[in-house]
Amino acid sequence: MTSVATQTEQVARTSYARLLGLLAARTRDLASAEDALADAFRAALETWPRTGIPDRPEAWLMTVAKRNHGATRARTRTARDALPTLFLLHSDQAAPMPAFPDHRLALLFACTHPAIDAATQTPLMLQVVLGLSAERIAPAFLMTAAALGQRLSRAKARLKALNVAFDIPDPADITPRLPAVLEAIHAAAALGWETVPGSDPARTDLSSEALYLAEALIGLAAEDPEPKALLALILYSAARVPARKVTYIPLSEQDTTLWDKSLIARADQALTDAARANRLGRFQLMAAIQSVHAERARTGRTNWAALETLHAALNRLHPTVGGSVAAAAVTLECHGPTACLRALDSLPDTATYQPYWALRAEAMRRAGNPDTPAALSRALGLAEDPALRAWLAARLG
Amino acid sequence: MQYTILCYETAADFACRADPDKAGPYWAGWSAYGATLAQAGVFVSGAGLLPPDAAAIVRIGPLGRSVQDGPFAEVKEQLGGFFVIDVPDLETALDWAAKAPSSSSASTEVRPVLQMPGE
Repeated sequence: MTSVATQTEQVARTSYARLLGLLAARTRDLASAEDALADAFRAALETWPRTGIPDRPEAWLMTVAKRNHGATRARTRTARDALPTLFLLHSDQAAPMPAFPDHRLALLFACTHPAIDAATQTPLMLQVVLGLSAERIAPAFLMTAAALGQRLSRAKARLKALNVAFDIPDPADITPRLPAVLEAIHAAAALGWETVPGSDPARTDLSSEALYLAEALIGLAAEDPEPKALLALILYSAARVPARKVTYIPLSEQDTTLWDKSLIARADQALTDAARANRLGRFQLMAAIQSVHAERARTGRTNWAALETLHAALNRLHPTVGGSVAAAAVTLECHGPTACLRALDSLPDTATYQPYWALRAEAMRRAGNPDTPAALSRALGLAEDPALRAWLAARLG
Repeated sequence: MQYTILCYETAADFACRADPDKAGPYWAGWSAYGATLAQAGVFVSGAGLLPPDAAAIVRIGPLGRSVQDGPFAEVKEQLGGFFVIDVPDLETALDWAAKAPSSSSASTEVRPVLQMPGE
């Protein structure tokens, strides 16, 4: 029998965003909705081991969260601060217990409000929809957790001050806000992939959450090719999960017979659907890169020339540090270590970027550079994932 | 601002130090971590410690000095070493602590270094 704590964690993982979406949609105060929900989960951890898991755990959590929200607000003095609670109580009378409609996409779109600074939107979405802490999110954006935490608090205060409704925007408003939502879903999926399957179940769950959100987004923006491409991208990565096992295995060394061919077929289909719109975008290029890697399962070889073209196009359209390092990895295969190191030397702000040092070490090794162990050691020193660290340590030894 | 990163390890971690199959990756992880702190320019000082069975505790009681040999209480994690780093804020210190091998095998504690009055 699984422990109550484990089951509670399961409920937290599967329901957090839906409950938060529901609370925030009614109170229009993200920060206090998060606090109320956190208190409800804490109460569940204290109560459920004694009483057992309720039949409808989400309803239980929702009731406690709403009561918590009321209690918190009762302590605040100004009438202005009490408004969200009044609103909440009022809507309670209008509609008794809701059937938990899915507010996750609405929550995502609310985070893309023009009043929120563009650089804050994605981390804000990761936090509210996936319940990730600033510490967890910050490394993915090359930011310190402190700076990010401040930005997130300011953003939530902003949304509250503007009384932003947590509703799905009108169709005309969806297109301009789509890129930010796509990026957040992609970032969630990427956080899940970075982890070796089995080493941290909470993180692999992020990928399935991202898959769900991408599919829901296609339903909302059927005309746009990029949500379909994002779905393809997530599916290609999901297809490779069985080949990764508990230890870290780099893509080039994975046994392609273990890749999930049905997921690759679904990904191919989604990418083909996306291409029909005849409008190239960032996620189509990223999915196309993964489709080239997936092709290795069929042809037995990697088409590096195709990858070079796609990476170059991607870096023109959407330059990022991660994208530049990935392109330099392809340069290593196409043109050798000297060209790769030249590309790496031109990149700024890489002192603590782990993938940069991992690639640098590999290029130096191939060039026969005697200083290779120093770069490999730096890649090892910057690695947090135990599986990745074990793999790097074995190479160093 | 200086912070001390206290690296707690399990009995299994300490055992890795002398295990022919595990010592290589174990030491590689720690020396890479220390070297990376130095290369990033945040390293101030640090030391690895011998396992708790090499420890002794000294007290002055009613009968004068007493010395108790380790290991002591049955705790799962024991101090295995520490680093002092100089970084702008606690968040940066936590970020570095997360990269210590002990953070994935056991736990790592971060404490601000006390500023002595008058310093």
